[in-house]
Amino acid sequence: MRKHYNIIIIGAGPSGLSAATRAAEQSADYLLLEAASAPANTIRHYQRRKLVMAEPRALPLRSPLPFSASLRENVLETWEKIIADYKINIRYNTKVSGISRTAKHLEIQLEDGESFTADNVILAIGVQGNLRKLEIPGGDVPEVQYHLDDPDAYQNETIVVVGGGDTGVENALALTGRNQVMILNRAEDFSNLKDSNLNHLTEARQKGAIDWLLQTKPQSIERNSSGDFPITLFASTPNGIERIPCHRIIARLGALPSRPVLENFGVAFPTADAGALPMLSASYESNVPGLYIIGALAGYPLIKQGINQGYEVIEHILGNPVESADNELLREKFSSFCDDRGVDDVLVKIQKNVPLLAMLSTLQLRELVLESNIVLSEPGDYIFRRNDYSTTFFFIVEGELDVLIDDDEHPDDHLKTGEFFGEMALVSGRRRPGTVRARTKCVLIETPRRLMQKLINSVQSMRRILNEVAIKSVVQICIGLSLDEEELNDVASHAILKSFEAGEELFHEGDDADGLYLIQSGSVTVSRMIAGREVVLFYVAAGNYVGEMSLVSGEPRYATVRAAVATDAVMIKADRMREIIARNPEIRGALDTRYLQHLQDQEKREQLENAPSGGGSLTSQSTQSNLISFLIQQGVGEATDVLLIDESLCVRCNLCEDACANTHGGASRLDRDTGPIFANIRVPTSCRHCEHPHCMKDCPPDAIHRAPHGEVYIDDSCIGCGNCQQNCPYDVIQMAVIHEQPERSLWQMLLGIQPKIPDDTEGTKVAVKCDMCKDIKEGPVCVRACPVGAALRVNPEGLLGYASGTSGEVNLIGANEA
Amino acid sequence: MQRSNIFDYKNYLYFKIAVVIILVAFAAYLIFEPAVGHYGGSFLGYGLGTISALMVLWMAWYGVRKRRYRSSGSTQGWLSAHIYLGTAMTALVTLHSGFHYGMNIHTLAYGLLLVVVASGFFGNYTYMIYPRQMSENMGEDSLDSLLMRIAEADKLARQIALVMPDDINNTVSRACRETSIGLGLIDQLRGYQPNCPSAQAVDDLTAMANELNPEQRKLHRELYTIMVRRLSLVKRARQDLMYRARLGIWLYLHVPFTIALLVAMTAHIVAVFIYW
Repeated sequence: MRKHYNIIIIGAGPSGLSAATRAAEQSADYLLLEAASAPANTIRHYQRRKLVMAEPRALPLRSPLPFSASLRENVLETWEKIIADYKINIRYNTKVSGISRTAKHLEIQLEDGESFTADNVILAIGVQGNLRKLEIPGGDVPEVQYHLDDPDAYQNETIVVVGGGDTGVENALALTGRNQVMILNRAEDFSNLKDSNLNHLTEARQKGAIDWLLQTKPQSIERNSSGDFPITLFASTPNGIERIPCHRIIARLGALPSRPVLENFGVAFPTADAGALPMLSASYESNVPGLYIIGALAGYPLIKQGINQGYEVIEHILGNPVESADNELLREKFSSFCDDRGVDDVLVKIQKNVPLLAMLSTLQLRELVLESNIVLSEPGDYIFRRNDYSTTFFFIVEGELDVLIDDDEHPDDHLKTGEFFGEMALVSGRRRPGTVRARTKCVLIETPRRLMQKLINSVQSMRRILNEVAIKSVVQICIGLSLDEEELNDVASHAILKSFEAGEELFHEGDDADGLYLIQSGSVTVSRMIAGREVVLFYVAAGNYVGEMSLVSGEPRYATVRAAVATDAVMIKADRMREIIARNPEIRGALDTRYLQHLQDQEKREQLENAPSGGGSLTSQSTQSNLISFLIQQGVGEATDVLLIDESLCVRCNLCEDACANTHGGASRLDRDTGPIFANIRVPTSCRHCEHPHCMKDCPPDAIHRAPHGEVYIDDSCIGCGNCQQNCPYDVIQMAVIHEQPERSLWQMLLGIQPKIPDDTEGTKVAVKCDMCKDIKEGPVCVRACPVGAALRVNPEGLLGYASGTSGEVNLIGANEA
Repeated sequence: MQRSNIFDYKNYLYFKIAVVIILVAFAAYLIFEPAVGHYGGSFLGYGLGTISALMVLWMAWYGVRKRRYRSSGSTQGWLSAHIYLGTAMTALVTLHSGFHYGMNIHTLAYGLLLVVVASGFFGNYTYMIYPRQMSENMGEDSLDSLLMRIAEADKLARQIALVMPDDINNTVSRACRETSIGLGLIDQLRGYQPNCPSAQAVDDLTAMANELNPEQRKLHRELYTIMVRRLSLVKRARQDLMYRARLGIWLYLHVPFTIALLVAMTAHIVAVFIYW
């Protein structure tokens, strides 16, 4: 067999296949290597009949390898036909163990000892290929599998799932009902799971459908010669070795991280971060000359991107001029402000103007621009206003803008070409703290939060700068005073960013004061031990600070502060803070005022809590702190708008649900009847419009958005995949068929007769959730349809303020609501 | 949480308007007395009658308004107005009649109006009293979950009762078989079953404990606990159905009688103009 090729492509996934097909079309000298015995191994292991999606839709496909959104089976069939038609030079079952650069060419070692040489190597192995195996005695029996293709294929079996991660648990859950399922988890809990999986798992265990062993590792597997069970798994548990006879073991141990593999090949990474991507040139060439990396391994997880890259790399290697597929899209984007130059020139200009973007590689910049909006604004245009909900980030390519922080029309700050803004909403997920208005004609790049976070994770210098800026803004916003630049830099350089899990303590009552905590994102509760029990005194939202009391008094911590939801805080050390206070008397004044106000409020609360019980009004007062705790437990702390039902007024007429269904395609987005109750207040199953919506995390067509007034809604591009439903910890998203609601006659309305509703089984199901009636002029119909005023919508700050207030006086800390 | 309800909506706005309307109407009634005495055909009578008729139509429109979900404003305000102005209208209609009653279409219309208003008052009463009691009775449970737990208790109790003496077995299976929860309107409205077999079973089981051997005694205690818990579930479920029935029943008078009233009122107006 030949040993040298011009091009060797490693990995017959979409990217590799695309490269090979193009190479075959161009009659290039190439070889395609695949570790598995069939092409497209990752897609082959999708669950049966899973829809393979073709995103981003706008991106044109430019490869001889055809691809469109279709069922897994169809996609594979098409590709197998292509491999046959083009007579692709492919070698299956060939595992690469090493790649090294010699003076003349690249050398590829195979696991079986053989080796190849090539002028160019295209690495397209994806991130799923290298699955961790069960390396224990007997681990190679056929009853051990590493995929679950079709959960329905197994009936009445005892199945052990090894691995407490999301994939393992999802597999295990899919098998319950028809099989006995047990999960072995190495860790002592399932804390790494997505919330929805954790909930389903706990539920399944309560029902007895599933069982698990924690801190347990498989030791060995033995075949049974007789009996019902073909194999027995021996596992070490904290209580010794356990024998588990079973039919099948599904091991989901995750993929081996690809970074060590790449580093082994000599590929360099920009940062030490685990999420960092390899450094690549605009033509996907790594720092090892001749070694190209494309597809998921290069940070492009979408199939279409990989296919295009396969094509481009081959063209590049063959010396054909190639424009990347997104060039046309970029040209279109740029056409509005600069159509006289080539795309590359514009990109260079952008990098020259904006230092933060100069930190990105060309590939990263192209991706950023593709996913961003180019905003052109005239003098006087508002980019966003204070209290808007939007989480995009802006780069100023050209022009000047004014920042208005308070209500007057007088600009408080001013931004120039090359600067950026919007970083606060990026971290906190809350309303915009200020208004930004164009002063001159401007060219801005508006980038979605998701993309910014991806970049922050892989570009160290960008992260450092943004962190610093975020700390400065949080100092400015929390303390509410404009320190001079030097002072601000000093504070920022000594501040420490701390992250807290929900329920974790920032500090405890009686501790020594370590510093001032500025809440950057999330929210916290302040509580004290009063009369032998913990009483929640206040709720403090992002953009405020806690811990000033002991800083002012010098005494130990007066109260316990606990994160209500996952919270990021900037801590300024006590001695540093005292220095700053000494230099800035206004800060001292502000802190003192807050301190005295707090003392008064707490005194009032304590009186109420300590008052002898017995009177009705007194018990209702002490339920207020319980009410805060209750609402925090219900996730109100991360909400921006919650529907509540006052059960002491609700006459159960269901008009709220009917109104919702009637105005929203027949599917009510609230469930009046379910949800926990406390002190006559029910939190019904209905969207809370979270600060960082869990539903938005993983939406393939990017169909979930946040409107300027905070409404989280799903647009028409929903493909019905159900990810958001899974990800919502509050179960407020459902899959339903949407149909036009028939107009009701006067008579039907007067008598409350329901018109005939078309059959539910027709049409495709899409995800539906509350959109806060953003398209209906006067706001939420559920509230307006309630004849007795029992349904109310509140923002949690108002509500928690109300609940923690005394006799109706709102005790809201640092309310920055309009 | 203090929330404004339908009565103190906007600081009793519609109550105040209603009081003003009634006072003005009474004052007019006292001041303008026709020579032949008060009657519907007088100048004042026509005025009051016209206003009342328009108000009746407006009251009936509430039924449509509350289901026109896209219309503006809050339904709560409409209901508050519906209640107070409806009451004021009754006073207006009474004055309009000049207290002349007889066996005719006119008095029939008046009678129908009174039924509608009276049923509405009962509705108000239920709206004020029952919501709070309902949530006290149910807590976070739903009726479905109660019924499911009753069914589970039934299954368990029957299983245990199978190995017990016949009299116990009979009592338990009768309780499971014959207990009805909100069967029929009357049962729903009163919220209990006369001679409830479940209550009976608990009483009987207390008496039947004496003739058992030690092994059976242990089972009996378990069975008894189940039956007591089951009885409380049954009572709560019935109670919930009762509240629902009472919150809804008055509408079965209120709405049909409104339709009847609209018909009678039309006849009344037509008659007055034809036989003028």
